[in-house]
Amino acid sequence: MERQEWPLWEVFIRSKSGLDHKHCGSVHAPDAKLALQNARDVYTRRMEGVSIWVVKASDIHASDPDAKPELFDPAEDKIYRHPTFYQLPDEVNHM
Amino acid sequence: MYTQAIDMPQGGKDETPHGPRSLKDAEYEAEFDAKLARGDFIEPKDWMPDGYRKTLVRQISQHAHSEIVGMLPEGNWITRAPTLKRKSILLAKVQDEGGHGMYLYAAAETLGVSRDELVEALHSGKAKYSSIFNYPTLNWADIGVIGWLVDGAAIMNQIPLCRCSYGPYARAMIRICKEESFHQRQGYDLLLTMMQGTAEQHAMVQDAVNRWWWPALAMFGPHDAQSTHSGDSIKWGIKRISNDDLRQKFVDATVPQAKVLGVTLPDPELKWNGERGHWDFGPIDWGEFWNVVNGHGACNRERLADRVQAWDDGAWVREAALAHAEKQRRRDRLAA
Repeated sequence: MERQEWPLWEVFIRSKSGLDHKHCGSVHAPDAKLALQNARDVYTRRMEGVSIWVVKASDIHASDPDAKPELFDPAEDKIYRHPTFYQLPDEVNHM
Repeated sequence: MYTQAIDMPQGGKDETPHGPRSLKDAEYEAEFDAKLARGDFIEPKDWMPDGYRKTLVRQISQHAHSEIVGMLPEGNWITRAPTLKRKSILLAKVQDEGGHGMYLYAAAETLGVSRDELVEALHSGKAKYSSIFNYPTLNWADIGVIGWLVDGAAIMNQIPLCRCSYGPYARAMIRICKEESFHQRQGYDLLLTMMQGTAEQHAMVQDAVNRWWWPALAMFGPHDAQSTHSGDSIKWGIKRISNDDLRQKFVDATVPQAKVLGVTLPDPELKWNGERGHWDFGPIDWGEFWNVVNGHGACNRERLADRVQAWDDGAWVREAALAHAEKQRRRDRLAA
């Protein structure tokens, strides 16, 4: 049989209830079941997690780093979206 | 664990970085330099110079290989640990080394190399791993001394890497450093226990210290003046502190620990220098160091042969698991 590499899976872990799953690395595995098993062995040896997601790396679509300016710069000059933009009288400024 | 090997030249083509080739590249390069100057991290899909990418692939993969090969000298003692407690601790430590190798391979793969290419480079002898693992583990005290001195040296080396400019490497190093502290403390604890034992046990500890002290100092790599890759690595924010400075930090930290333990470090020239505020130490035998790096240590052949055999013996499992996954997918498609 031709030697073939196991596909790559990205691993996301919820460290405790109430928090989001967070990306923590990747593992190789032939299927989702073994990807979960490998992620558990590699990334949660010290109670780092209560839940694991694995996603095939080839199924992730990422934004283009070259498109950073047109994607994210427009937010820069919209400071009126932040509460600190509005100066209110001292008596009510805790609003 | 970690190693001077991350700073070792490797066979192959000249790896000096090329200048920018086009106007677009020049623009990208200026942006890359500005990011480094601001202390920003570089992430996988960002533009980076070829030299930066190659240096990182070489360093991260050599580091990963070292973790994996590093399982061998200690794994050797799992079945011979003196108590169930020590056996559980050693198992956990060796499992950590495997985990560290996995974090690091994953970080290297973000740079566009495949896991198979990396493994192949190790097995063919093209890629280096830390030469510290080419020394034998002769008695049980070696397990303690590896934790105390070898992992201790590794920690000194690794802490600055948590701030290295490449995001995935820095994040892997943060995880590793957290776990490495357990490795060093369990080693020291093991030695403290032996030092409460018989005269014969004291002698075992001293013997292990005598054999590992100089190889541990050599782990920091050649003197700064002779270090081939240091210049670029420092410029790129991959390396933050020089080999000699790290080595001095390690000696300064270790001397008082040796005193508490009650062992002698095998260097007649070791003495406090009040003027420098550091411990002076004798010259390192670089002939011996390069001899081991170049494949003539006590265990070079054995380590690589064991590693290749473990990989080959596992081939049928990898193939069977892949075939099973493919069969399941076909069934799912038919059922749909």
